[in-house]
Amino acid sequence: MNLKGSDEKHYIDKYLREDRMPHIWCPGCGLGSILHCFLSGLIKTGISMDKVVVVSGIGCTGRVAGYLKLDSFHTTHGRAIPFATGLKLANPKLKVVVFSGDGDLIAIGGNHLIHAARRNIDMTVICVNNFNYGMTGGQLGPTTPLTARTTTSPIGNYERPFNVPYLAAASGAVYVARWTSMHVRRLEQTITEGLLKRGFSFIEVISPCPTVYGRMNRQPTGLDQLRYYRENSVIRHGADPKEVDIDLNGKIVVGKFIDIERPTYSDLLDEVVQKAFEPELPKPDTSKKRATVAGSTPK
Amino acid sequence: MPRVGPLVGEFFMNGDTACAEGAISAGCRFFAGYPITPATEVAERMSARLPEIDGIFVQMEDELASMNAILGASWAGVKAMTATSGPGFSLMMENLGLGVMLETPCVLANIQRAGPSTGLPTLVGQGDMMQARWGSHGCYSIIALSPSSPQECYQLTIKAFNLSEKYRLPVLIMSDEIVGHMSEKVVIPPPEDIEIFSRRKPTAVPEEYLPFEPDADLVPPMANAGEGYRFHVTGLTHDERGYPVMTAEAQDRLVRRLVQKIEQNKTDIIDIEEDGIDNAEVVVCSYGISARVSQFAVERARDEGIKVGMLRLVTVWPFPEETIRQISQRVKAFVVPEINYGQIALEVERCAGGAADTILVPNMGGSAHRPETIIDAIRGAVR
Ligand code: SF4
Repeated sequence: MNLKGSDEKHYIDKYLREDRMPHIWCPGCGLGSILHCFLSGLIKTGISMDKVVVVSGIGCTGRVAGYLKLDSFHTTHGRAIPFATGLKLANPKLKVVVFSGDGDLIAIGGNHLIHAARRNIDMTVICVNNFNYGMTGGQLGPTTPLTARTTTSPIGNYERPFNVPYLAAASGAVYVARWTSMHVRRLEQTITEGLLKRGFSFIEVISPCPTVYGRMNRQPTGLDQLRYYRENSVIRHGADPKEVDIDLNGKIVVGKFIDIERPTYSDLLDEVVQKAFEPELPKPDTSKKRATVAGSTPK
Repeated sequence: MPRVGPLVGEFFMNGDTACAEGAISAGCRFFAGYPITPATEVAERMSARLPEIDGIFVQMEDELASMNAILGASWAGVKAMTATSGPGFSLMMENLGLGVMLETPCVLANIQRAGPSTGLPTLVGQGDMMQARWGSHGCYSIIALSPSSPQECYQLTIKAFNLSEKYRLPVLIMSDEIVGHMSEKVVIPPPEDIEIFSRRKPTAVPEEYLPFEPDADLVPPMANAGEGYRFHVTGLTHDERGYPVMTAEAQDRLVRRLVQKIEQNKTDIIDIEEDGIDNAEVVVCSYGISARVSQFAVERARDEGIKVGMLRLVTVWPFPEETIRQISQRVKAFVVPEINYGQIALEVERCAGGAADTILVPNMGGSAHRPETIIDAIRGAVR
C-alpha cells in the first residue's frame, strides 16, 4: 500500500500482510480504523514485535489475526482466550493479545472471559462491539441494545444486553476502558497503556457495522454511525462500570474506568512454588533402583 | 519440600498416575484440565508434580478451555496434555479438530467410563472408540493408543507424545476406568534410556518460512510463537503459507495431506501384539482392559485344545487393516470383546471383508467381561 504518488510506505505496513489485501471488511466498517489504532498503539509500546502474539476467534473481528504480520492465531468460535492462556502461561515472555468480537468473547466465549479475568492472566483483550453478529448476517447478540432490530429480532430485541465493561471489571480485570472507533487518538493511547499494563486488561471498542446492524437501526452508513458516536459519546474517566450500559441510540459513556493493581496468575503461582519447594531440582539419581514419591508406595 | 524431579525406579501406582508420570518422562511441562471421574487422578498427579519441575498445571473452567489451552501451550513450544472422560471428551471434540487443522502436537487421555451422557461416572466403558476416530466434524485421520496396564499407561503416554511431535497432531490415549484405577508395578527407566522425539524445527529463514509446507513425510516443520517467524495459522482451510483459501482445490490438497500423513506412515505408527496367531482357527481381537480379560479367556480355551490366537490392538487408530485382512484369509472367525455395543468389531468386520466371520462380544459397560462369556464365544466360533 504505497502512499499516493510516492514509493514511501505507511509506517504500519510492515506489520500487515499486504499479500492478503484487500481485506474482507465492508466499506464503512469500523474494523479498519481499530486495526490501525492497534498497530500504532502497539508500535508505541516499544515491545519487540517478535514477542507479540495475536489470537482471534471467529467473526468479522476474528479476521484481524489473519491480516497481521505477527505470530497470529485464528482459532475457534469463542476460544481465543483459553488458547491465549495456554500461550502465555507456557511462555511468559510472549505479549499476548486477544482481538475478537462481542459475539465471540461475550456470548460463546463468555465463560472463558470471566475466568481469565478472575485469574488475572497477563494479556490484553480487545473486544470490538458492533452490537450484533456481522459475519453471519446481523443476528441478535449478547450486546444488542433492548428494542434494536436484528435479523433474529425483527420486531425488536427483548433480551437485556450485557454491560461489557461491568462484566469485565466484576470478573477481575485490572484495566477496563471503552472507546468508539471514532476516538482514534484516545483508543491508540489506551491500547498502548493496556498492552503495557501487567495483568488482564480489557478494552471495549464500539464499532460501526453499517452493513447489517446500522441498516436495520436507521444508521445505514458508517458515517451515520460515527456521527451518532460523536454526538452521544460522553468521556467519563473513572466512571463506575455499573453505570455504563448502552441503550439504543442512547449515550455511550467512554473512557478508562478501571486501572488497579492485583497480582497476576503467574505472580501467585511463583509465590506458592517458592514457598512449597526448595530452589534446586535434583539430578535424577540413576544409580538408585528405588525411589519414593508422595502418592506411590515403593516396592 | 524437596523437589522430586523425574522418577526412576519401580513403583506401585495406578494407571492414571502412571499416565501422568509418562507425560513427565516424555517432557510434558503443561497440563490443562477439568476434574472428571475417572480421569481426575491424572490432573491431581500433574498438579503435584508439574510445579516442582517448573511446569505449569492449570485447572481450566471447562474442557473446551482445557483443550484450547494445551493447543496454545504447544504453539508456545511446550509439550502439553489434558485428560478427561466421556462427557469432557465430547466437549473436547470441537478443538481436537482445531488441533488437527493447525497440526498441533499434544496429547489427550480419555479414561473411558460408560455412557451415553453422564452414564456410569465411576465405572468402566469403551464406548468412545468411534468418537475418537470420527468425533470432530469434517474429515481427518487420528492416532489413538489403548493401554492395558498401568505400565503401559506410562509407556504409551511417552509414545503418544513422540507420535504427536513427529506427525504434528493431537494423539489420543484411549484408556478406561479399570486400567486407570488399577494399581500395579510400574518401572520407570532412567531418562537416558527413554527415547524422546521433539518436533522438527524449520530450516528456512523467517522471511521464507511456509508454516504448512510439508517435508517428504507430509509433515511440515513447526516454528513456535515468539521465535521471530511471524506466522499466521487458521482453522480455516489454508495453503502452505497458512493463509485461508476458500476453494475446493485448497480443501482437497489440505485434507488429503492431513489424512495421508497418517495413512502413509502407518507402518511406523501401528503397534499390535500377536500371540499364537500362526496356527489359530479363531483369533480374539481386543484392546484396553478387554484385552486382558480376553488373554485370560484365550489361555483357558487353549487348555481345552482350541486353536485360538490373541491380537491386541495397542494402536487402535489408524486401524491395522492389513493385519486383519491377512489373518482373515487364514482363520474361521474373529471374536471381538469390547465394552460397548460394537465399535471396533465393525472395523474388524470391514477389514475381514467376509473372508472370516466377526463375532462381537458386547458389554454395555459398568464392569469388564466375565472370562466365561468370551470363552463361550470362542467355543461358538470353532463349532
Ligand atoms: S458485516 Fe458489519 S462488522 Fe462485518 S465487516 Fe461488514 S460492516 Fe464490518
